[in-house]
Amino acid sequence: MYNFNYHRPGSVADASKALAGGAEARPLAGGMTILPTMKQRLSQPSDLVDLSQIAELRGIKASGSGLVIGAMTRHADVAHSVEVKATIAAVASLAEGIGDPQVRNRGTIGGSLANNDPAADYPGAVLGLGATIHTNKRKIAGDDFFKGMFETALEPGEIITAVEFPKPEKAAYVKFPHPASRFSLTGVFVAKTANGVRVAATGAGPCVFRVKAMEDALAKNFSADAIANIKVPATGLNSDIHGSAEYRAHLVTVMAKRAVAACR
Amino acid sequence: MSEKGIGSSVRRSEDQRFLTGKGHYVDDMNRPGQAHAAFVRSPHAHARVKMVDTSAARKAPGVIAIFTGSDVAADKLGGLICGWTVKDKNGDPHKAPAHPILAYDKVRYVGDHVAVVIAETQAQARDAAEKVDVDYEVLPANIDTAKAMKGAVVHDDAPGNLCYDWELGDRAAVDGIIKSAHHVTRIDLVNNRLIPNAIEPRAAIGEYDSGSGHYTCYSTSQNPHVLRLILCAFIMGVPEHKMRVISPDVGGGFGSKIFCYAEEVVCTWAAKKIDRPVKWTADRSESFLSDAHGRDHVTHAELAMDKEGKFLALKVETIANMGAYLSTFATCVPTYLYATLLAGQYTTPIIFANVKAVFTNTAPVDAYRGAGRPEATYVIERIVECAAREMKMDPVELRRRNFIKPDQFPYQTPVALQYDSGNYGQALDAALKMSDYSGFKSRQAEAAKRGKLRGIGVSAYIEACGIAPSAVVGSLGAGVGLWESAQIRLNPTGSCQILTGSHSHGQSHETTFAQVVHEHLGIPYDSIEVVHGDTALVPFGMGTYGSRSIAVGGSAIVRAADKIIEKGKKIAAHLLEASVDDITFKGGEYRVAGTDKVKTIGEIAFAAYVPHNYPAGVEPGLDETAFYDPANFTYPAGIHICEVEIDPDTGRTVIVNWTAIDDFGKVINPLIVEGQVHGGVAQGIGQALLEGCVYDNDSGQLVTGSYMDYCMPRADDLPSLKVGMTETPCPHNPLGVKGCGEAGAIAAPPAIINAITDALGVMHLDMPATPEKVWRIAQQNRPAAAAE
Repeated sequence: MYNFNYHRPGSVADASKALAGGAEARPLAGGMTILPTMKQRLSQPSDLVDLSQIAELRGIKASGSGLVIGAMTRHADVAHSVEVKATIAAVASLAEGIGDPQVRNRGTIGGSLANNDPAADYPGAVLGLGATIHTNKRKIAGDDFFKGMFETALEPGEIITAVEFPKPEKAAYVKFPHPASRFSLTGVFVAKTANGVRVAATGAGPCVFRVKAMEDALAKNFSADAIANIKVPATGLNSDIHGSAEYRAHLVTVMAKRAVAACR
Repeated sequence: MSEKGIGSSVRRSEDQRFLTGKGHYVDDMNRPGQAHAAFVRSPHAHARVKMVDTSAARKAPGVIAIFTGSDVAADKLGGLICGWTVKDKNGDPHKAPAHPILAYDKVRYVGDHVAVVIAETQAQARDAAEKVDVDYEVLPANIDTAKAMKGAVVHDDAPGNLCYDWELGDRAAVDGIIKSAHHVTRIDLVNNRLIPNAIEPRAAIGEYDSGSGHYTCYSTSQNPHVLRLILCAFIMGVPEHKMRVISPDVGGGFGSKIFCYAEEVVCTWAAKKIDRPVKWTADRSESFLSDAHGRDHVTHAELAMDKEGKFLALKVETIANMGAYLSTFATCVPTYLYATLLAGQYTTPIIFANVKAVFTNTAPVDAYRGAGRPEATYVIERIVECAAREMKMDPVELRRRNFIKPDQFPYQTPVALQYDSGNYGQALDAALKMSDYSGFKSRQAEAAKRGKLRGIGVSAYIEACGIAPSAVVGSLGAGVGLWESAQIRLNPTGSCQILTGSHSHGQSHETTFAQVVHEHLGIPYDSIEVVHGDTALVPFGMGTYGSRSIAVGGSAIVRAADKIIEKGKKIAAHLLEASVDDITFKGGEYRVAGTDKVKTIGEIAFAAYVPHNYPAGVEPGLDETAFYDPANFTYPAGIHICEVEIDPDTGRTVIVNWTAIDDFGKVINPLIVEGQVHGGVAQGIGQALLEGCVYDNDSGQLVTGSYMDYCMPRADDLPSLKVGMTETPCPHNPLGVKGCGEAGAIAAPPAIINAITDALGVMHLDMPATPEKVWRIAQQNRPAAAAE
């Protein structure tokens, strides 16, 4: 690990200032990606701005219309939250399936979304539920947030403050875990909402994506059979020693069917 | 049986300190004035080193010294050695290209050591190491085992990248039988390359006392005396009395810590050069790159049978990857620890094996849990399974038909080994019963209703442990003897230390060895301590590998205990005013036979150290040493049965049942032995389902260089294991023990692949059986599988 300056601001405003102050300043949420890459000397931020002491970034608020989860809320807190389970159980079960207990007790929803790892789970929920990302500058619709592999709509210095999930009629997330990392080799989030059906696949491609053909089919007939023959093209999907693009494309259909069957 | 004696499931004495963070590992140790080493490693699989420019690095903060291959050469350090000479089919010794401590003309794998930077702190050493500028001329990399003989030349003195072309048996005779046999089953398979991944990475501290001229090397070694021997006699030219190797608590090795590595040499050598202790601890990335890897065979095999399925002949042709350089015992693994096991549990009358060992631009390959025996078992148990399917015979009955029968022991195999004892049918019967083998079809039908493909696989394994005797291994090319030492030291107040040449890095010696002495000498278990891992404290010993500790080290302890008992009798006879011949010893008491005149062993120990009233001509003290060289290998064997369920939509395999029946001879501590079986099976499941070392075939980069890509087995990958034992005592060692450490890793892989191929209705698939591989086959074979 290379040397860096460490900041621990108490407010989002101070964090924003600290981020602006360093040449290569990076926010530190749970650190589940940036710390390992720093230890391996693959990442060399000038400054780390630790968001863990900012109270306004933590916590879960449930209402009749949905959930607002603070950006620094740990996966374990989401997984065990009575409010989350009661409002959108699929989000709680997604959080419970992230990584391992150590990761779930450190990693945060905001950190996961800002990093936008192609195999991360939370992007599936954000896109699948049509969530809204709140930042210190604006609100970004889930459909506009994910821009590509490790790329988001966030601007330099912009900090995610919370994620607002609208309550669906029913929803489920089913993933095929990567055998080594337990990230999502392919995961599919399916939600039946007031504004239609949404199907989001994560892990399969360079960035989370919606599967329009499945959404259309499910809008007409919300059943696993309705999408059994819908294949996403393998072209452009991820391919590595753990799964070819063709295999991942196949898994999108399998996971989507299982998610539909699991919807409640 | 005492509650702490032989046969008792005593809880491990060592766990308290390990689980409370009170262990002492090399990285926990810090020496006064200590500096830190960081290695500059090759980013290329194969390159000429044109220039190493250290000028910028020398100016970096905290840098004390930088050494390169030229410095090693200038000091005339020997290279790393391979301690087992294998003669090829023409009688010529294997090709042994130079294995320099630090490369200077060429680098030959990603991670090869080019230079070392020594600085005040570890961070400074690493920062400066990045500033060492190496000018490489990149050369084509030779990676693929099967094609290695046609690939880029790794060493100029090994033409065709061939280390040796070795044979065992009569090729023409075997070919003749294969040609005329009723049926011949043929198989091509890969034994996948594995990265050991001990929980504790390798570490070393070198220290030099310029006053006495003594070196100390703290190392994570499985065999400190062997390391000392290599450091002194082959590399540094230092007499052994000037070198102390300390191998304290070590967190797993699985073979990878048997070997002498460049890093511990460099730390020890550099300590004198800078006159300060030098410490290095591998990070996990370095472990992936530079620990000796395991397995990596490509094999073609043919099994000839008569119409009843009786095995007539077996032919096995294997290409074994040695990596870029020969590690310490690399050459013997695919020869004397592999081909000599190819009879398995069967009476195959004639066997021919050909092994071509090849160099590639990959990390060195050497012994890894099982070392050769898992590879042999995999070949046998895969081909036997395929033979049963081709012959439309029950695979269990085919095995039984070919078993060596209990009355055939000692049994001389056609591949050199003579099995001492065993009862394979008994183990099979027990395993069939425990696994409810006969109920499989109904479980399979029930699984099919849930859309799952269920399969069952059997593995009948044998291993040769406690590799010995020394004269035999010497005749086969070993550069060492393979005996073991033990010293039992009674203290004046009756407590006891066992000093063993074995080394515990997870095997529970501190518990098991204490049980043996408690049983034999009657000293309270809690008054016994096991000392190991320090060449200045324990007699010269050979260390721990090949499941040898209890069979060889434990036997040495019994011999030393016998000497204690005998000497004690003389002292007791004097104190009890009786003849030595009338003294009996049992349960820690010397007794005049048929009387109530008794002295405890504690009283005898006190008398031995305070010899005021003492027999004439008997030396004071009660401290005895024994060296034990076994008469033969030991031959643990057993049956493992695996049941899997496959999700045909995803290819995910779940192991739903596991049965292990093992014959380890006499068992000292059933709890520990079960734990060893569990660990071995976990590693076997890792090999069969999850683990596979992948190098990029073009660039030679290690693709599986972290836990994000190298898939270790986890608790939720494992089923609950049903473990049972049969017992045919080893007839040639005093404890009747055989060894248990490697059995699971040997037995498991073919059981799993047999089960998966059974479920899929195919003959073969290569390990690891990843979901995608299984899914592809499940798609192709779906109609056939469903029709069954």
